[in-house]
Amino acid sequence: MNITIEVNNRTIQAHKGDTILEALNRNGIRVPTLCNMTNLTPSGACRLCVVEVEGRDTLVTSCSHIVENGMRVMTHSPRVVRARKTLVELLLANHPDDCLYCERNGFCELQDLAAELHIRERKVLRKSFTQKLDLSSPSIVRDPAKCILCGRCIRVCDEVQSVSTFEFVNRGCNMYVGTTMSRDLNFSSCIGCGQCVLVCPTGALHERQNFAEVMDALSNPDLIPVVQIAPSISVSVATEFGLKASKDVNKLLYNALRKIGFKYVFDTAVAADIAAVEMAAELIARKGNGNNLPMFSSCCPAWVKFVEQWYPDYIPALSAVKSPQQVMGSLIRNYFAAENEINLSKIFSVSVMPCLAKKFEAQREEMTTRGLSDVDTVLSTRELVRLIKLYGIDIQGIEPQHPDKPFNIRSSSGKLFGISGGSAEALARVVYHKLTSKELNDSKITEVKIISGVKAFSFNAAGQTFTFAVVNGLKNIHSILPVLMEGDVKLDYIEVMACPGGCVNGGGQPYVHEDKYVKLRTKAIIEIDEAEGIKCAARNPLVKAIYDDFLGETGGEKSKKFLYTRYSKREVLL
Amino acid sequence: MSKAEKIEEILERYSYLDSKSLIPILQDIQSELGSLNEEAIVLVGQRLNLPTSKIYGLATFYNQFKFEPKGKNHICLCNGTSCRLKGAKWNMVYLEENLKLKNGQTTRNGQFSLEVVTCMGACDHGPVISINEEYYREVDPEKLKHIINDLTQE
Repeated sequence: MNITIEVNNRTIQAHKGDTILEALNRNGIRVPTLCNMTNLTPSGACRLCVVEVEGRDTLVTSCSHIVENGMRVMTHSPRVVRARKTLVELLLANHPDDCLYCERNGFCELQDLAAELHIRERKVLRKSFTQKLDLSSPSIVRDPAKCILCGRCIRVCDEVQSVSTFEFVNRGCNMYVGTTMSRDLNFSSCIGCGQCVLVCPTGALHERQNFAEVMDALSNPDLIPVVQIAPSISVSVATEFGLKASKDVNKLLYNALRKIGFKYVFDTAVAADIAAVEMAAELIARKGNGNNLPMFSSCCPAWVKFVEQWYPDYIPALSAVKSPQQVMGSLIRNYFAAENEINLSKIFSVSVMPCLAKKFEAQREEMTTRGLSDVDTVLSTRELVRLIKLYGIDIQGIEPQHPDKPFNIRSSSGKLFGISGGSAEALARVVYHKLTSKELNDSKITEVKIISGVKAFSFNAAGQTFTFAVVNGLKNIHSILPVLMEGDVKLDYIEVMACPGGCVNGGGQPYVHEDKYVKLRTKAIIEIDEAEGIKCAARNPLVKAIYDDFLGETGGEKSKKFLYTRYSKREVLL
Repeated sequence: MSKAEKIEEILERYSYLDSKSLIPILQDIQSELGSLNEEAIVLVGQRLNLPTSKIYGLATFYNQFKFEPKGKNHICLCNGTSCRLKGAKWNMVYLEENLKLKNGQTTRNGQFSLEVVTCMGACDHGPVISINEEYYREVDPEKLKHIINDLTQE
């Protein structure tokens, strides 16, 4: 039902139940906010979205106020603008003045707002906050001095991931965002997904940079820098280089990476294909003997850490196949190095990922070959963009190129790993192909309804029914686990990705403030899948060649050695 | 009885466990163990199915909850308007200079701890302090020195 309200002396339409802010945004009126997030509970903490409502003495926060019929709102009256300006001045009172040296310089919402409100001098000065920089986590750096206490990280961690690492500690002017017992992040329950980094309006939370290591390796003549690039990156960076948002720049990135100095450039989607083939073998075996079903995906390192911390009982149910990043890392060290007669300690293996938890995964001790980490260092998408800009590469002016042999042909399902539901889809295609030697198409898949928040589908292959479920946003895992324990629903595979929407919305992706961009990225990946010929990993000739050449058979001795791993219970402060 | 057993015993008293009983549980634990600690938060979190960060956030919000154990002699010093005007500050200065004791802290030897409170309801007798529930009126640094000396000699 529609409601009419009057804003700045013009009538606009709003839906019943909208907050004032939502109604304004829908009608193209922008009101600044530092704490509001779409789809999450409004908190009214920053108070920058205040508007004047006729008949009320005080200004009201538009993010938490529901529209009423006939309401008369002023969004930019002198009183409102003055209030906003004062608020930002107060926020800046104890904010460090080091914008030029800040990680978030140029992407900071507070900085933008200060510029917008034309704040040109420091009017209020308060003693700056003395809390140390937290560098303990391999994924996320926390700088409490820059925190403006908006509480976005707390709400994302609670309401999207149900991890609840952060909470407001102490009260009043002593309040800060902290973890249990004010420990460092690596002792906390943080899974490193990086959703908090995406929503942080300032530089208080940012990724751990591995930029310098990569630069060093690139200039070291003794090392052979090798890079792999994740499936979701190519559809996420276009806007950063002034191209149309959903444009796929994969082939341009290969060229750019070569120009930067990487000797070999590979596509992680190939490793995703190999992982899909291995997982299919694993799933069919488990279905045969009925053990450890349903199988949980293990591609998402944040989810794996989540299981290790909260649900150690489910560790055997996790797929033992490494994530595509680590499969590629292992193959580079063990297969590619031998093929090309390179000493494996000379290879400097970099991976570019949309994810901050991958930085943690690469450091796990399970993921090593002869004492060397399979992947030496992980760059986030944002770091890749910086790297390309730093080396002065004009993405729009370079030729498209192909990745290097022996990892140069991927199926389109490898690309699907970048979106939620993609790894389930890819796995379904391989399982079906393995059992029937035919292609799985959409007409053979039926959607199943289990519970809200969880998509599921099933298909028949060789007389067996397979049911796959897809979870994204770890909050939703809490709704599916009780259903599993009751045993009402029989599931075979559950794909879990920590970030809502999958890797296209990962914690390492460029900062965007609208859902629109995430949807465009997803659409771009689906379009690639629809357009391409090889849709099933098992039909990828390269995968077959690698098995013939090196790995032997799926689930065989060599696969077990190089592509499988194990996980164990993790003690942290939950 | 170990701390963990004691906490378990307190939790047993609450037959109906949900987040509403969190504050009473924490109060009980504090009154029996003297202060809250990491172990208590973890156990309560497991039982109530709450993340420890939320319990820690709540416990640090309220002045009544402490993570440092109280000293043998727990000093409550009133800094309400009346006591403040009559010079409660000099008592605080005395404690800080002589015992290195600030609000919320406990001395290293565990003898004294200080809690600054806002009113004890004895405004006409200020500045007021209480030590282990025993009240002292019209306290100035000279008087405080004698009180502390007496307690240390005991």
